[in-house]
Amino acid sequence: MAIDRKQLLHVARLARLELREDEIERLEGQLNDILAAVSKVSELDLSDVPPTSHPLDVVNVWEEDEPRPCLTVEEALANAPERRGDFFKVPPGGAA
Amino acid sequence: MIDTLRLTAEEAKRLLDAREVSGAELFAAYRAAIGDRDEELHCFLHVCDDPGGDGIPIALKDVIGTKGIPTTAGSRILEGYLPVYDSTVVQRLKAHGLRILGKTNTDEFAMGSSTENSAFGPSHNPWDPSRVPGGSGGGSAAAVSAGLAPWALGSDTGGSIKQPSALCGNVGLRPTYGTVSRYGVVAFASSLDQVGPVARTVRDCAFLYSIIAGRDERDSTTVELPEHVELPNEDGLRGLRVGVPKELNKAEGIEPGVAAAVQAAIAQLEELGAEVGECALPLSVEFGMPCYYLIAPAEASSNLARYDGVRYGYRADAEERLEMYERTRNEGFGDEPKRRIMVGTYALSAGYYDAYYGQAQKVRTVIKREHDALFETFDALVSPTSPTVAFPLGARTADPIAMYLSDLLTIPSCMAGLPGLSIPCGLSEGLPVGLQLVGPQFAENTLFRIGHALEQALGFDPVPERLRA
Repeated sequence: MAIDRKQLLHVARLARLELREDEIERLEGQLNDILAAVSKVSELDLSDVPPTSHPLDVVNVWEEDEPRPCLTVEEALANAPERRGDFFKVPPGGAA
Repeated sequence: MIDTLRLTAEEAKRLLDAREVSGAELFAAYRAAIGDRDEELHCFLHVCDDPGGDGIPIALKDVIGTKGIPTTAGSRILEGYLPVYDSTVVQRLKAHGLRILGKTNTDEFAMGSSTENSAFGPSHNPWDPSRVPGGSGGGSAAAVSAGLAPWALGSDTGGSIKQPSALCGNVGLRPTYGTVSRYGVVAFASSLDQVGPVARTVRDCAFLYSIIAGRDERDSTTVELPEHVELPNEDGLRGLRVGVPKELNKAEGIEPGVAAAVQAAIAQLEELGAEVGECALPLSVEFGMPCYYLIAPAEASSNLARYDGVRYGYRADAEERLEMYERTRNEGFGDEPKRRIMVGTYALSAGYYDAYYGQAQKVRTVIKREHDALFETFDALVSPTSPTVAFPLGARTADPIAMYLSDLLTIPSCMAGLPGLSIPCGLSEGLPVGLQLVGPQFAENTLFRIGHALEQALGFDPVPERLRA
């Protein structure tokens, strides 16, 4: 499976990356090399093998739904690039 | 006079307890060593003032969140970020009185094997500054090796503790998945990430592990240790069975000097009384790399979605929100995170998920089963940690796949959630060779026992030759 320029730009949009022209050219070659290498996983017939998403046999961990101390509003906003009052401020939404 | 190149954490604790040195003197000695040598080595991204107290100093890889102390993960996108809380591991260190010396350099978001992907410039290997210290935790490994810290914490996704420890001549442990909390640690690939110790001796490594390990209610993947951590004392290995997987020991690309040093150490294991036998991991080594380079980027693409310029970190100027997200991320991330975000996003996208991520998760089951089967016969597996000794700066930067192969031998056990200990076992071309011991889940005590006995028998001097007085 190879990735072409059109797909690459689509994936970049999904990932919210605005790539420069020189990056697009370089990435096209590198991604195809990497995808060729990782595609090796398809050589094995694993239709009967279950997936492993987590290496330990841990099942759901439930806890009581009790309020506990957490960050204050000021702490949560301490690293904000921009704020207005008690909110994170962002530029207005444009056409997606 | 405190010789920070030779002082172990264990000895530092004895000196402090006996009041032969004060906490202030000890901290100052490391600060002085950093002042002398870090301009050349660039291990630290941030150096801390003495917070007071009498605990042992420690260095932390800069992916570990520290309240009020910059935490960048080696990325411009987190430049200036000041965490408002301590990670759980840092809380545990502080509860034991340990004092933070500083934050060490790392490949950006722990993605790399040389620290050359750090946005703030590479670290250098104390044995030969024209060479890399390994990565991603090269800053922590180089700092311990050069006597800039008695010990340090790193993080390991596919080899980021073990491989730099090998290249710098340290002892490094990647603990069993789930034994150390990741709360407050910058996430890379959550089904793989583990925090672990880097030290100059196996006993120090075990001691630091005992401080950080255990269940944390803030990280639901953590579990209680089934047994206490024991500081290793025994010199003999009678009764232990050690397997030598041929694919991990005969892989293409293993340098002859590395193979020879590891062979000599394996012979030493037999002399110490261990039963050594050859075994095989036919699929784990061949398919470990492609499996890792699907799962880790897929999870990274998801974890790194949070860096959007809204709540913390870098924000680019833009008129509109979407433009702000895309520009922030493109200007804030370096090449390697972008590559992995792209690979991961592609592998998770509609139409490709089953063929890539889904299939890789099944390969992961195969790798886990292969290892589990070997542990019916063996207590531990042995191999080189890295196929090569430290390589020159720049040697692998142009070819991402060549860089990825640095972790060929560490990746398979990471995929299976197994603990791995790297200890120095000799020199090749004047540079340290690391030996990797892998055990079943929660077998850290066995690894410490073997590592300690081997360390005593080999008598490796961890101080870089060029720094010896």
